[in-house]
Amino acid sequence: MAKKDAQVSSREGTISIHEETRGARAVKYLLIGVSVLFLFVMLVLPLVTVIIESFKKGFGQYLNAVTDADTISATLLTLEATVIAVAINTVFGLFAAWAVTKFHFKGKKVLVTLIDLPVTVSPIIAGLIYVLTFGRQSAVYPFLSAHHLEVVYAVPGIILATVFVTFPFISREILPVLEAQGTDEEEAAAMMGASGLTIFRRITLPHIKWALLYGIVLCAARAMGEFGAVSVLSGHLRGKTVTLPLQVEILFGDNKFMQAFAVSSILVVLAVVILIIRSIVEYVGKEK
Amino acid sequence: MKKKVRIIPGFGLSMGVTLALLSLIVLIPLASLVVFTAKMSPSEIWEVITRKRVLASFEVSVLTAFIASAVNAVMGVILAWVLVRYDFPFKRLLDGMIELPFALPTAVAGISLTSLYADTGLMGRLFSKFGIKVAYTRLGIIVALIFIGIPFVVRSVQPVLEKLDPLYEEAAGMLGASRTRIFWKVILPELRPAIFTGFGLAFGRCLGEYGSVVFIAGNHPYETEITPLIIMSELQEYDYSSATAIALVMLAAAFLILFLVNLIQIHNSRILKGGH
Repeated sequence: MAKKDAQVSSREGTISIHEETRGARAVKYLLIGVSVLFLFVMLVLPLVTVIIESFKKGFGQYLNAVTDADTISATLLTLEATVIAVAINTVFGLFAAWAVTKFHFKGKKVLVTLIDLPVTVSPIIAGLIYVLTFGRQSAVYPFLSAHHLEVVYAVPGIILATVFVTFPFISREILPVLEAQGTDEEEAAAMMGASGLTIFRRITLPHIKWALLYGIVLCAARAMGEFGAVSVLSGHLRGKTVTLPLQVEILFGDNKFMQAFAVSSILVVLAVVILIIRSIVEYVGKEK
Repeated sequence: MKKKVRIIPGFGLSMGVTLALLSLIVLIPLASLVVFTAKMSPSEIWEVITRKRVLASFEVSVLTAFIASAVNAVMGVILAWVLVRYDFPFKRLLDGMIELPFALPTAVAGISLTSLYADTGLMGRLFSKFGIKVAYTRLGIIVALIFIGIPFVVRSVQPVLEKLDPLYEEAAGMLGASRTRIFWKVILPELRPAIFTGFGLAFGRCLGEYGSVVFIAGNHPYETEITPLIIMSELQEYDYSSATAIALVMLAAAFLILFLVNLIQIHNSRILKGGH
């Protein structure tokens, strides 16, 4: 941006307001300073705090906290919920994006709005609607209990809540890319006799590769960190229905601060990895 | 669009999968909220949502979400400006960091901010020198909500600022406008819809936020009890009617905000299209 400004002004031979006068430079450093300070206090400090607090009692204690049986079972449950949420939402995202961008039909806007609905709903309300659907007062409860299917305060509820809060994450990334690409290439391929799967694999997928990957990363990030909705449906049965964020809450509530931060540090590492992947995906995507 | 023969295959399949999953995951559970509400009388709902403790929670939630989003609106414009217009070392790092609140689980942010801003924490000690308590007060809720809302305004203003032609600013400059005047009269009007959009999205998110707030809020009734927490405690007492009634108010607020944000975006895209 700055280079472009300089070119414009030198070509025209006028005095550009972007030329760095002393006042402009002062404003520049002031604004950069304010930004760096703000992000340092609001983002970097909390991250550093997690790491410092988790190693406060030494590496041995840290290792104990991280390899605690409850923590390991929480990690496994978090992974399970995340993998299932990513799988379901990838399938949904691909089909939904295909349906919305490749065809014309009535009510397309309504459909897109409905797909986006879960992100506007508070996580607590997301949990509430599943309690109302599958809980004791619901119409399907007698059927569920007759077949010994537990949803509320059980693992299926946690997985459903995770799928709900991340529902539009992948379709939302793919949609705009497919929209911009149009339907010409697919139509040409279809007229030449290519099957749906071939069209998707050879034409559509290469276009949306990066958007899909980015969506998966976002979905995974949100899925493993979901707290509110999962908290409503979990019942907090230790070793059974506790995910990593809930384990953090339990330990913190028990005043086991060091352990709470040690478990958090796992999530911090995952978050940083996700940010790095995000940056790489975005960078490579832009290069293309 | 006139009726056209569908050349591309897979309409039935993709539409079927989309609608089936949408119904199972989103529509049926949401419908159960409607069904449950229908069983309650309006006066019953009114009685719940006008309880003093509930009204106080609305005040706490709206006030803290508004202040936090306002802070983020100002900081968001500054951050977007710095990231778009200036070059400096580690700029990419700064840019990548903005998304951290999306990637970091809210519970982790919650306990970390709590220990930072408690009286014994690094930031808490600093503030307590001036006699200000942050953790376990409304100020603490605002801090947590600022954290949650950082990406929204930055990410909605950034693309607009990137497209903004600096020639207009130069023209204004050559006509003798001062830098501050250029900012207020030339740049800010162009950014305004993006700022409002980002503000609206952040505000909506902050109203429903739970994980990062419950730890730092202290959760004193009437003082630092947010609305999602009240729903949570009603649920823990198996009082589903009260939880549903309060949730309806929150849903209405969320949809209203979404509607306003969409209005701004439609209005804005019309201006953009009309301009060219």
